[in-house]
Amino acid sequence: MATHGPLHDPAVDPMIDPRTGEYAVVAPGHNFKSITQKIAGIVLTANTPIAWIGGLMFAATVALGVVAGLTWLFLKGVGIWGITMPVAWGFAIINFVWWIGIGHAGTLISAILLLFKQTWRNSINRFAEAMTIFAVCCAGIYPLVHIGRPWLGYWLMPYPNTMNLWPQFRSPLAWDVFAVSTYATISVVFWFIGMVPDFGTLRDRAQHPIAKYFYGILSLGWRGSTRHWIRYETASLLLAGLSTPLVLSVHTTISFDFAVAAMAGWHTTIFPPYFVAGAVYSGFAMVLTLAIPIRKFYHLEDMVTERHLDNMAKVMLATGSIVAYGYGMEVFMSWYSGSHWEFFMMWNRMFGPIGWAYWMLILTNIAIPLTSLWSRKLRTNVLYLFILSFIVNIGMWFERFVIVVTTLYRDYLPSSWGTYRATKWDYILFIGTWGMFTVLFLLFARIAPMIPMSEIKMILPQTKVHHGGADAETVVEEAI
Amino acid sequence: MPIKEGIYGLIAEFNTPTELVQATEAAYQQGYRRMECYTPYPVEEAAEALRFHKNRVPLMCLMGGIMGLLTGYGLEVWINVWGYPLNIAGRPLFSWPAFVIPGYEWTILFAGLSTAFGMLAQCGLPQLYHPLFNAPNFRSGALNDKFFLCLEAYDPKFSANETRSFLESFSPISVVEVEL
Repeated sequence: MATHGPLHDPAVDPMIDPRTGEYAVVAPGHNFKSITQKIAGIVLTANTPIAWIGGLMFAATVALGVVAGLTWLFLKGVGIWGITMPVAWGFAIINFVWWIGIGHAGTLISAILLLFKQTWRNSINRFAEAMTIFAVCCAGIYPLVHIGRPWLGYWLMPYPNTMNLWPQFRSPLAWDVFAVSTYATISVVFWFIGMVPDFGTLRDRAQHPIAKYFYGILSLGWRGSTRHWIRYETASLLLAGLSTPLVLSVHTTISFDFAVAAMAGWHTTIFPPYFVAGAVYSGFAMVLTLAIPIRKFYHLEDMVTERHLDNMAKVMLATGSIVAYGYGMEVFMSWYSGSHWEFFMMWNRMFGPIGWAYWMLILTNIAIPLTSLWSRKLRTNVLYLFILSFIVNIGMWFERFVIVVTTLYRDYLPSSWGTYRATKWDYILFIGTWGMFTVLFLLFARIAPMIPMSEIKMILPQTKVHHGGADAETVVEEAI
Repeated sequence: MPIKEGIYGLIAEFNTPTELVQATEAAYQQGYRRMECYTPYPVEEAAEALRFHKNRVPLMCLMGGIMGLLTGYGLEVWINVWGYPLNIAGRPLFSWPAFVIPGYEWTILFAGLSTAFGMLAQCGLPQLYHPLFNAPNFRSGALNDKFFLCLEAYDPKFSANETRSFLESFSPISVVEVEL
């Protein structure tokens, strides 16, 4: 028996493995066929759920905020935003960092947990990766449009042009271009390659000619050949091995955007690890925000079990603790460094005019999650986790807000102090990206397999190949 | 062009991976070489039975990575030192630490793309037509819940009758002739 007591009585709960007391990763009773039927059935049904259509229409309406926000921005310029001197970086950077941080959990689940052979990731990696890509889409808008003349954004790319004009590689802005575009590209490739076998399954099961054609093209002719599978597995592992340092480097690069500036509160070496931990923290919160309604709506409790939610909550607890350490260290260093500017920045961050944002951040990011997540009961309480995931997302947004605004609005020279107030266009674009994210995610849920069928099949007990007679261990596994 | 007439091979359909691996192993022992297993998920034991151990995907990845590093870092150095030198506050033109990040990102980018496309290329994908799709039971089972062993007609040891009776000796669900 595991050291923790079972959540419920193992005698009556079929989801609990009687030998270990752990929750199952896949509910017992599933075989290869039932997995295919369940997951492919969500996509291949002709009956689109009404709630899905309603959700899509609502999200599309919200997403119009992006259209409106960008149109007005292109017509009028960045003056429609609340940015001004001294806070020249406002919502654009806050939301960019926030969205891209959300994406990081998807890569973490699909790459790092793959390298660590964590089989529980198999059920959640596909939609976590989708979440990554859609979050990066939302994030990508901001740096592109905040440069003032967005139609010249392509100047950031190194390409031979008639002006003989090349990017400045000593600037973090150019680093961002490379980091984010590489991250987006590799994430899309990893995601698509992972889906190819499942598209093959969908192609073989599709009845409608358009669906057959569509999945036929996407599956690239995959037929499950063993030699292909071995190469595919090698490629997945290599892509995971490449994505792992990539995901760390992307948020590190983003933290360098701040850390290379000589501003009190930004110029700290703790930024890279602290940013990465915060990104994973908010990303796992977003995976929970998505996973909990999806498993309920599509009845996927068999494959996204309480074990998954529990494990994700544990990752949040760990990364949240790193973030808390980061906050503590920032406060400590502002005192220990003996720098008057640093100390004033921290005092101002806590007790200045926007001090309420700092305390909101402490409340939503540290106080509420890090006290409650120690409780196993709360970690497996689905409703509580759902609410908590929103709280953490808000908390991480406040973190970026605090970092950006409190450093800028009162810097070295008191005569240049100002304040920051977001305008309605800041909010419209931000809320619009929420709609855009939801639209993309709903479309993904309708047309792509949300849970990787081949990977779930790999963790079923039936996959064991017996050499000669079956041993006692496999007999027990098959009996369950 | 390969022959267009005749059959591609014989496929036997099994219910469990164990039966498939046993049949594959026996076929290898019998001297069959041109054969392939088809499974809904990766079965490493089947690859062992086929004696398929090495693939060149890691090599592709390495080559891509080296190429990306040289391209990315070289591009930066060329641009900032010769192509478009900018004197910013007297800082050196060759600011190697600042060039690390984009160089590193291109290493990952090239390595990742070479891995993915190299894998597909080595598998011969995309290939939208394949004779196996002609087998009536292949499409309903191969990527769902069944396990297939195909002994291909190119194999010098292949003979329609003997190979069929060999495959049938493992009591598969069916043995089907695959048309080209």
